[in-house]
Amino acid sequence: MSQEQTYITSFCSLQSGQVNINHSLAFSEEKIASPASSAEAIANEGSSAEALPKERASSAEALPKERASSAEALAKEDSDFLKSVYKHYQLNYPKFYKMDNLCKLAFITSELILKNNPLSEKYKAEDIAIVISNSASSMDIDQEHQRTISDKNNYFPSPSAFVYTLPNILIAEIAIKNSIKGENAFFIFDTFDSTFMSEYVNSLINTGKATCCIAGWVDFYEGNYHAFLYTVEKQPGILNRKHAPKELEKLFLHQS
Amino acid sequence: MKLETYIAADNIISPLGFTSEENFEQLKNKKTGVQKIASSPYSLQPIYAALIDEKKIDTEFKKLNISNPFTRLEKLMILSISAALKQNQAIDIQSKKTLLIISTTKGNIDLLDPAHTAGFDKKRVYLWETARVIQEQFKSPNKPLIISNACISGVLGIIMAKRLLECETYENIVVCGVDILTEFVVSGFQSFKAVSADIAKPYDETRDGISLGEGCGTLIFTNRKERMQANVTPILVKGGAISNDANHISGPSRTGDGLLLAIEKTLREAQVPASAVDYISGHGTATLFNDEMEALAITDAKLASVPMNSLKSYFGHTLGAAGVIESIVGIHSMHTNTLIGTYHFNKLGVSKPINILKTTQQANVNTCLKTAAGFGGCNAAVLFQKQAVL
Repeated sequence: MSQEQTYITSFCSLQSGQVNINHSLAFSEEKIASPASSAEAIANEGSSAEALPKERASSAEALPKERASSAEALAKEDSDFLKSVYKHYQLNYPKFYKMDNLCKLAFITSELILKNNPLSEKYKAEDIAIVISNSASSMDIDQEHQRTISDKNNYFPSPSAFVYTLPNILIAEIAIKNSIKGENAFFIFDTFDSTFMSEYVNSLINTGKATCCIAGWVDFYEGNYHAFLYTVEKQPGILNRKHAPKELEKLFLHQS
Repeated sequence: MKLETYIAADNIISPLGFTSEENFEQLKNKKTGVQKIASSPYSLQPIYAALIDEKKIDTEFKKLNISNPFTRLEKLMILSISAALKQNQAIDIQSKKTLLIISTTKGNIDLLDPAHTAGFDKKRVYLWETARVIQEQFKSPNKPLIISNACISGVLGIIMAKRLLECETYENIVVCGVDILTEFVVSGFQSFKAVSADIAKPYDETRDGISLGEGCGTLIFTNRKERMQANVTPILVKGGAISNDANHISGPSRTGDGLLLAIEKTLREAQVPASAVDYISGHGTATLFNDEMEALAITDAKLASVPMNSLKSYFGHTLGAAGVIESIVGIHSMHTNTLIGTYHFNKLGVSKPINILKTTQQANVNTCLKTAAGFGGCNAAVLFQKQAVL
């Protein structure tokens, strides 16, 4: 099998109240109270994220994090964060409000990455692959569905929650929004498996099953969320990182 | 050069039996595992579903002499994997060259219900924790690969096995597809109004929804031909592909374009023309939309005349296990040149004249196409072929 070099051409992560696009802090929770810098970020959005002032990263790190202790309060706060990112970037996609937290997280992350690197303009719909993984599957919404059936005297299972009780629905949301019809798969790992991810995605591209891929990790459970999505292509792109386990691990762990 | 993928052993655990042979005999005799369950912990109303007898599971499990506590789902997995391994001594599960793939939609989801937790750690509901206890039980040196991709999980596991076996990294792959009947899943499908009032009637004009089921299927693959069982015609996995409809999260494409794409890519990889396909093991959930979508895709793929069945009216819809269980039946159809009739199918109720098997019959079956579709618009196909006799 010929082993062509593949590259991570862009990435986006959402974690701890921060949005990172290609190494730059693009949005953080503190912006919610700062409309002036918000407007500036919108102006910058789409162009190189590098243009954002670097100080923002350090000031965001200094943010006081007095989070509520109960998991439920945390989950609410986190879905509020997702809504503020959604509004900040004016993503304007009514289906967003129907989604569960896991899909919202995946949707926003994929939108931010594809705005900067619109794969659909370069590749055919059936040649774009989506390969995503996480640890908690769909357990955030699973718990919610379980609550609706635990009490036989107050029994109200709903299709609008049940449909989200499969982790691959987040792939569907990305595919529907962008009309992507290629290879797709959802894997469960206890922690992000950079070796499997890079080998599997590279093999899809090397065997001609896909020409590019949206890959990564989207996890949301008990108040913890972490999304890390990236694009893989045969050309180096703006980011120019080899799609290999070590490079991938560094990006996942936020080490440049 | 790409290495070939051979089938080395298989096992089905379902209400119809605890071996593949037992299950296949029952299908030949038109026995269904779907029964009316009048009162159950799974549903407030009576339902038709395929449920494995708890006592039978415990009796069989006792024979393995394992003292650690396992959940219902894990017991099925251990029984099925053990039975498949026992069939073929050439496969060493403890080798670094053997990987276990687990395909499941919901795993130990019954543990979310406080009434079922039964002393198991809260962590046990995570799929990777289930995988870890299974890995430990079989002393496998490799972390199992877990696939959770709705109702194509089983077929995806087989495709993944083929892809991983093409290169030298692994020599053997054990694919275990499993899901159990739970109130969690039953209540969800009921809220969707997708459950049939009777035993499901795939492709039939009076079909009105699915029958749910539970089961476990294990398929062992190897890229070492010498590890095939003696006296068995070699069957290979020749191609497989996955696609997405990009249409709706809970409904299939109205045109069948996603499934068509998966079938075309599969045939292309296998280098098998549509005219050489002898049998299609369909998804056939017996919902209005799924069966219609399949009929369109099969017709557009020029496969409308190929004998096709659905096994959902025998096993119920076993979700993550379905692709593995139904593929194993297809493989036994190839071994015995016997095609199974679709239970409860009477009159074709889809818009294209596809060739649904009504009765069980003899036929030369050298090539079998297995298809699957699931929530999230996902589609998958895989092609099995007997090795050409020289």
